[in-house]
Amino acid sequence: MKLRLIAKKSLISRRSTAILTILSIAMSVALLLGVEKVRVNAQSSFANTISGTDLIVGARSGSIQLLLYSVFRIGDATNNISFKSYQDLAQQKGVKWTIPISLGDSHRGFRVMGTSRDYFSVYQYGEKRTLEFASGKQFEGVFDAVIGAEVANALNYAIGDQVIVSHGTGSASFAQHKDKPFIISGILKHTGTPVDRTLHVSLAGIEAMHVNWQGAVKKRKASKALTEANLQPDSITAFLVGLDSKIASFKMQRYINEYKAEPLLAIFPGIALYELWDLMSVAEKALLIISMFVVLGALTGMLAVSLAGLNERRREVAILRSVGASHWHIMGLLITETVLLTVVGILLGLVLLCFGIWFAQPIIEKTYGLFIPVTAPNIREFGMVCVLLIASLIVGLVPAYRAYKNSLADGMSIRS
Amino acid sequence: MFFLRGASGSGKSTLLNIIGGIVTPQHGQVNIVGHDFCQLKGLQKDRVRADHIGFIFQQFNLIPYLSILENVILPCRFSKLRRDNAIKRSGSVLEEATYLLNRLYPKGKFSFHRTTSELSVGQQQRVAAARALIGQPQLIIADEPTSSLDYDAREAFMALLFDEIKQSGSTLLYVSHDPTHQHLFDSVVDMSLINPHLELAL
Repeated sequence: MKLRLIAKKSLISRRSTAILTILSIAMSVALLLGVEKVRVNAQSSFANTISGTDLIVGARSGSIQLLLYSVFRIGDATNNISFKSYQDLAQQKGVKWTIPISLGDSHRGFRVMGTSRDYFSVYQYGEKRTLEFASGKQFEGVFDAVIGAEVANALNYAIGDQVIVSHGTGSASFAQHKDKPFIISGILKHTGTPVDRTLHVSLAGIEAMHVNWQGAVKKRKASKALTEANLQPDSITAFLVGLDSKIASFKMQRYINEYKAEPLLAIFPGIALYELWDLMSVAEKALLIISMFVVLGALTGMLAVSLAGLNERRREVAILRSVGASHWHIMGLLITETVLLTVVGILLGLVLLCFGIWFAQPIIEKTYGLFIPVTAPNIREFGMVCVLLIASLIVGLVPAYRAYKNSLADGMSIRS
Repeated sequence: MFFLRGASGSGKSTLLNIIGGIVTPQHGQVNIVGHDFCQLKGLQKDRVRADHIGFIFQQFNLIPYLSILENVILPCRFSKLRRDNAIKRSGSVLEEATYLLNRLYPKGKFSFHRTTSELSVGQQQRVAAARALIGQPQLIIADEPTSSLDYDAREAFMALLFDEIKQSGSTLLYVSHDPTHQHLFDSVVDMSLINPHLELAL
């Protein structure tokens, strides 16, 4: 009979406590690895929101604020930049492409963004992926709109549907551009970025909505024919810049930041993303620490169960000693039991995690735009599991030492 | 075959722990089948105990979560010598265990794969005897093995034990406070004669 087999039979004979211990370890492992998975995926999806863009330019404010409103469609710009400055900078030497962004309106809670047609060919996210159309095509006319996958999904829109844009960014705006409905010309494929939650129209479309408006108030006035030619905007919110060479980006950033005509701010998306993530990492670290404590709790529970059972097992230990087991055998038996419980707990935890992710995947993706794949543990997760195993070994030493002390005191005399 | 007689508290258990190599005496000599226990380290004494001594205690001899067979073959897990002996005699450890159990259960009908928790005390003592005998250790120590049995069971158990020990040629050290069976033994030793502290304690 192998020691491992004896340990197994001993655990089976105490199955109710063993199962509870395994369950608590499994749940803590699932929680720890789940938090880690969400963290890693959130970070990568976050970093994947925008790529291929060298600079983001907006009115002078904070870099995180600029990133938030231009890329994440969160919050509002403090100021606009004049279209003249945009045109001037777009023609600078070394500038490969620019995408203007004009924000400020919304449609049933989703932001409306005015942009150029280049957006659909130039804008990149993730690993240098460009936007793709699920159906339809980019906007041609002034009142054409292209919607993100989530907008289409949530509002059940199809090509050719009419949408009315509200002035301002609240979901229940009273000032609506009812007189100028837009027609959906295209629906984008899912990207997992804020693009999914955006309604894209041309810059001319944004202008056309606001013809005959002054400030935020509608004016009654005969409208002229609305064509792209006479709908040149005065200002835009921000613009993205792609450069011919990355090396030039510092020079260009300085040039924009010191631009004479108006105060502007140019930021590197990568650095701003890092700053923003750093800001949020406090919460993420707190979550990780909490789940580590849950694991610690499970290990402590296992220790408590093991120590509590030790007194009842004095007889068993004395019998094993009498048939020739050494102290090492006894200690080995108890450590084997602890490690066995932990190993089974970890395996069950992994299964639990896979099922959990599989179950929650569509919900998380729909609510948070975060896709969490079911994958084999990566090196970091594997390391966590290994640390847990070593911890269980150390935890197992405590009852093992106690059993050793007991068997020294008891010898082979059996007390019932 | 030795009969060691002594009232409770007379140092029997201590003596057994010394012979088993669990306790090291402060002075004096202990020689078990040619091994001087005062010279040996803990692990070596464990090895001698595993190889050469079979124990039968008063009660609670068996590990409840193992089957009857698993309990019997337990010493072979810790002693290669006894495993080899068992294999030499019956071909395999399990064969030997089954053989011994069949000898000790003349009318045994039930499966030896059952757990031991359902056995009566008398049956448990027989399993314990089979375990002590497996692999033919030189020394069998029986510490009041019949005290929890009734009269009939006691007589049957003693007869079987004596039979088996004669077969295997082991030495039996039988410890009891009850002199009923002492006429069966070659030699009788009283604890009060070998433990000088007993008088003082009393």
